[in-house]
Amino acid sequence: MNRLAIILVSAILTISFQLAGQETFPLNDVANPREGCTAFIHATIIKDSKTTLQDASMIIRHGKIENIGSALPIPKDAVVIDCKGKYIYPSFIDIYSDYGVSANKTEGSSGDRGRQMTSSTKGAFGWNQAIRSENVSSDLFKVNPSKAKDLRAIGIGAVLSHQMDGISRGTGTFVTLGLEKENKVMLKEKASANFSFDKGSSTQDYPTSLMGAIALLRQNFLDAQWYQTKPAEEGINLSLQAFLDNRALPQIFEGNDKWNDLRADKVGDEFGVQFIVKGGGNEYQRIAEIKATNAPFILPLNFPLAMDVDDPIDSRFVSLADLKHWEMAPLNPAAFEKATIPFALTSTGLKELSSFIPNLRKAIKAGLSEQAALDALTKTPANLLKMYDQVGSLEKGKLANFLITSAPVFAEKTVIFQNWVQGNRYVVKDEGWKDRNGIYTLTLNNETYRMELKGDAAKPKILLIAKDTLKSELEMNDRLVRLSLSAKKDSLFKVKLSGVMSEERWNGTALFSTGKSAIWVATKSSELSLDADTAKTKKADSPFKNEGVVTFPFGGYGSQEIPSQETILIKNATVWTNEKGGKLEGTDVLIRKGKIAAIGKNLSEGKARIIDGTGKHLSAGIIDEHSHIAVSGEVNECSQSVTAESRITDVINPDDVNIYRQLSGGVTGSHILHGSCNTIGGQTQLLKLRWGANAEQMKFSNWDPFIKFALGENVKRSYYPSSTRFPDTRMGVEEVLADAFTRAREYQKLGPTKRKDLELEALSEILNKKRFITCHSYVQSEINSLIKIADRFNFTVNTFTHILEGYKVADKMNAHGSNASTFSDWWNYKMEVVDAIPQNAFLMQKNGVNVALNSDDAEMARRLNQEAAKSVKYANMDEQEALKMVTLNPAKMLHVADRTGSIKVGKDADLVLWSDHPLSIYAKSELTMVDGVIYFDRERDKKLREQILTERTRLLQKMISAKKDGEKTVPAAPSFAVRNYCEEGCHDGTSLLDRLENRESSRSSTQE
Amino acid sequence: MRKIFFILLIVISFVAKAQETMHPMAAQSTPVLIKNGTMHLGNGLIIEDGYLFFDKGKIVSVGSGAYDAPANAQVINAQGKQLYPGLIAASTNLGLIEVSAVRATADFAELGTMNPNIHSLVAYNTDSKVINTVRSNGILLAHIVPSGGYLSGTSSVVQLDAWNWEDAAYKMDNGIHLNLPVLLNRPGGTDQVKSGLETIEEIRNFFREAKAYNMEPVHTKTNLKFESVKGLFNSSQSLFVHCDLVREMMVAIDFAREFGFKLVVVGGSDSYLIPEVLKENKVAVILAQPHSLPSAEDDDIDQPYKTGAVLQKAGVLFTICLDQGFGYWRQRDLPFQAGTMAAYGLTKEEALSALTLNAAKILGIDQITGTLVAGKDANIVISEGDLLDMKTSKVTKAFIQGREINLDNKQSQLFEKYKAKYSIK
Repeated sequence: MNRLAIILVSAILTISFQLAGQETFPLNDVANPREGCTAFIHATIIKDSKTTLQDASMIIRHGKIENIGSALPIPKDAVVIDCKGKYIYPSFIDIYSDYGVSANKTEGSSGDRGRQMTSSTKGAFGWNQAIRSENVSSDLFKVNPSKAKDLRAIGIGAVLSHQMDGISRGTGTFVTLGLEKENKVMLKEKASANFSFDKGSSTQDYPTSLMGAIALLRQNFLDAQWYQTKPAEEGINLSLQAFLDNRALPQIFEGNDKWNDLRADKVGDEFGVQFIVKGGGNEYQRIAEIKATNAPFILPLNFPLAMDVDDPIDSRFVSLADLKHWEMAPLNPAAFEKATIPFALTSTGLKELSSFIPNLRKAIKAGLSEQAALDALTKTPANLLKMYDQVGSLEKGKLANFLITSAPVFAEKTVIFQNWVQGNRYVVKDEGWKDRNGIYTLTLNNETYRMELKGDAAKPKILLIAKDTLKSELEMNDRLVRLSLSAKKDSLFKVKLSGVMSEERWNGTALFSTGKSAIWVATKSSELSLDADTAKTKKADSPFKNEGVVTFPFGGYGSQEIPSQETILIKNATVWTNEKGGKLEGTDVLIRKGKIAAIGKNLSEGKARIIDGTGKHLSAGIIDEHSHIAVSGEVNECSQSVTAESRITDVINPDDVNIYRQLSGGVTGSHILHGSCNTIGGQTQLLKLRWGANAEQMKFSNWDPFIKFALGENVKRSYYPSSTRFPDTRMGVEEVLADAFTRAREYQKLGPTKRKDLELEALSEILNKKRFITCHSYVQSEINSLIKIADRFNFTVNTFTHILEGYKVADKMNAHGSNASTFSDWWNYKMEVVDAIPQNAFLMQKNGVNVALNSDDAEMARRLNQEAAKSVKYANMDEQEALKMVTLNPAKMLHVADRTGSIKVGKDADLVLWSDHPLSIYAKSELTMVDGVIYFDRERDKKLREQILTERTRLLQKMISAKKDGEKTVPAAPSFAVRNYCEEGCHDGTSLLDRLENRESSRSSTQE
Repeated sequence: MRKIFFILLIVISFVAKAQETMHPMAAQSTPVLIKNGTMHLGNGLIIEDGYLFFDKGKIVSVGSGAYDAPANAQVINAQGKQLYPGLIAASTNLGLIEVSAVRATADFAELGTMNPNIHSLVAYNTDSKVINTVRSNGILLAHIVPSGGYLSGTSSVVQLDAWNWEDAAYKMDNGIHLNLPVLLNRPGGTDQVKSGLETIEEIRNFFREAKAYNMEPVHTKTNLKFESVKGLFNSSQSLFVHCDLVREMMVAIDFAREFGFKLVVVGGSDSYLIPEVLKENKVAVILAQPHSLPSAEDDDIDQPYKTGAVLQKAGVLFTICLDQGFGYWRQRDLPFQAGTMAAYGLTKEEALSALTLNAAKILGIDQITGTLVAGKDANIVISEGDLLDMKTSKVTKAFIQGREINLDNKQSQLFEKYKAKYSIK
């Protein structure tokens, strides 16, 4: 039987001995009551991060701390443990765990099984399978000895455990890591309510996207509010009831990423809930925003491993953002401390639990104070769960949950010897508990030897010296010892010693290679003097080195300082005003406080930065009416035909490098749309491309909200023949629309006690002319139908987007009052566009329709001015009218032309300075500004490229050295975060990932 | 499936009607003199106020000043206009696909992985509605390329004014296409580099056996696959390897070297990283889509725009193409993609050469086309302004082998139809 098993058995024996007092469980033995009184003496006791007692004692009894302090009387019935030289700490608390709670089984992705519109959970529960508020982790909890052992080994004594599955995950339970019956280790049955954006094992279609998950959560809050009124039509809904019942508990949200953390907090704010947010480790990149949430955080120590970047072909696709994060991730906890944001630490998220303590030490080297580290592992998590009266520090009356360590707990090479849980001893590591190092006198066969034991207390090195140095090996096993000696000069001298070690005296028997046996004894004569060993330890202790800085955004083209507003005077440019004055030659434009302050000849302004516009062209910034950049997660909530409740505004991703790339093409505004997978998609968001800002700062303020609709082949799922989602024809699409607006109209008539339905609220806003439609559409029949629906429900279809057959019904569109946003010359990629023509924009414009050109494509968006030029080419459109199609006209259709889209005094300074005629293929944006802030400057761009190269080179070298120094590495991971969405199912080969996938897919389709 | 087919029938019968008056032209019977134009010869030279005389489909004389043309010659005054050699689409599935979302219209990727013996030419549909929209922007020749599998098939060059694929054929079976496995590992994926290299070894074995087969004095049994690649071994055909990454290009070079094949890289997104290697190994590049996003997040934001200039400077023979996805209808943007390269480091004449002389060299047709030079085919484009800039590009006349082609297309006809509806002049 190995030693582990012995410890385990003895631990279990201890437990059965300690069953004391009254209880319900029958006994198959005689009663064996124990007091469990133990006294720990001469210890350095760290009661909490602020209080350390030297040479102190702690008495525990019945699993609790009976007394703690200096010079305490030791109870007579106490088992005494001498802790001289040792440290006692409150054991750690991890409040983000799934210890002892088994996972739900996933039944494959929803794509495999056809449609599932409602939950497959049986019983009186809610409609969505990802809302599992009724889930009670304490019901599922089962002591798991091997996992408990792993967690205890890293110092954890209690965990908040919940089943990590679903969006609303029900309650978590607070348990210790003891091995007693579940009844005893459970400290609080329901200690938290847990949430995430991940639908987990749910097989139901809805939601398919992050924005859908957010919408579902939001609706769940509303449904619960409504359920409180006991609506008869709902009957009993155990999910909503549980959600309500759990509201008083600490509410914990798994964000796992800086932006998701903010998203979670924002939803919480809408409903008056302050979530405790489980972070992802990259929060230091946006610490100001994180601080502003006022949320306490639970932080992982999941610092990325170095990548193997020896091969430049592999390292080429590793992003600077990933390289920087590798270097800077250990700074995350320190950033929280510095910003005074309360935080706890968790072991969840680590590939190997054993890296917890080493990573914690890294965080400390990176600036986290030991005091804050200890708080984050004890007091803070206990307080967050309102359990500080029981755990989180060493106080009289609290649980006897503590660690005994060899040295201060965070110091390099400190060993956790024992992790006591509820008064029971669990040995983590025995070796070294007794520091036997010192100088001994060994007597064997009447000879005396000087024996030195030094080095690691758990595995000391031995040195034996008589007349000459003997070659010696030492093996210690608990109290047993084995020694083998051989003389270097006398090859015949070989002896094996075996015996028992007690405190200062070892003895046993010896067997010589000659067959002769003898008795030996060794007694300690003196302590070692401090020698070179300690210096050696220090050398191994490599300091944390960071030369990186946080940039906004965090990655290649970010800057430490976001550019700020300037007073700028552009002199002597050709100014395309888009106003009555038309194109003005040799004109000056003054920009002050983000606005266009003056337009004219020979302007002057003392403090202005002067930009020579001679030979250059100044135009309003380009506005892309149809874009899918800067979105986290899917742009389609594809699960249902009507998902008006989903909101792009919830999932803006300010880190997308396409924002910067588009600024370089003169784009200052992008209308970010839901995809075209369903008839009524989701709510849109207009952005100003304030590169480096956060999501909220990037949003166009005070604009009329829009929503994306779609018609035709995409919503019919024409390219997915096995789809069974209604509708499958344009006939059905029309009825989906009629039904939606009929329901919205009836919803409006309901009284004040109605259930607030976010889908119908959005549709109701359309009926009230408070929200406006941009509708993906192509053929004339469907355009006509939507106009008729809108007429019937008395609203106007604000914009038809794509609208490649718009020219066929331009007169009808004009009569209805619609705008059109189209592609310049796309056609023939699917049946509904075989009649598309590059003169479409021109013909619609001739019919009085306000026409814009859009990209729907991160690549083309950089060249929208050239797309406008195609109308000059194919239809002889006036040049100024052509440029308006990508500037003023989209501003008009988005209802923001009072602020942007033309060069007029008082309007926002959203401007582009072009090197050439803006409709020419040879024109480049030299400066692009938003609100008078120059976010793109072709000269500055050159410097950024140099910085990127320098920083990449430095970090790649650092990774290569880390590998050489023996750090663990993972294969280089190419970052293809960048995606450009265009027409659904389109792979036009304009990004590398797209090209590689095309090459592969042309194979898989032929291999089937 | 039946539904799609039904819709397709309706639409095709409708669109066919709209285009039925546009037809290929008869062989040139009258000599033509174009005078007073600015001649962009395609080899870097410009002749201001020049003339171009062609007869029986061939260019007879090009020069500056006046030309003494025969009395029966048709004279075109190109005063203020720009003349160019017909542009060449160097890698496209034009005519092999009509509507990408409709599977029934796709004829560019065959089943199986080793199909060097399939021929793109036989599926080339001269009646595709897309062709006329492409040539009306000055693209007169196209290299029709199969894709799919590993050895995708044999390609041919066609001229874009033909009744059927036989008279469309401009150079038959000029290339064999290897669609290289992706040699990049991605997180969570399998070891693609390893499996890719194994596949490439299999393909090498195929060619080793093909070589041995060629050595047989008499074939006891005919192997069509081996027969189809014979031209590679005597360099009458080129091997076109479709790949993008440095590792892939290096493997392709090594592959071609073993067999002594003439190598053309198609794609080459990362070719700017190894121009010297490409030059040294005489590798030509058909660079994909200058209008692309940079390959990696931290790459220069204009990298795809300026890759052409890097290759030019290093002396690598290159042209550009739109080779994937929408690479049929989008071919009409080819001149503008070249224009972008001219904005980012090439001269305008270098950008033009890429689409004319360079492409002709790479496809093995430079003896008969690619420049406006006496003796070559009269493949000529006349534009009102700079052909590479959409702001000025307006093609007014074009000749293929001396035939003045109809520049109308389905789209301009629909434009006319609806101008009539709305009474727009």
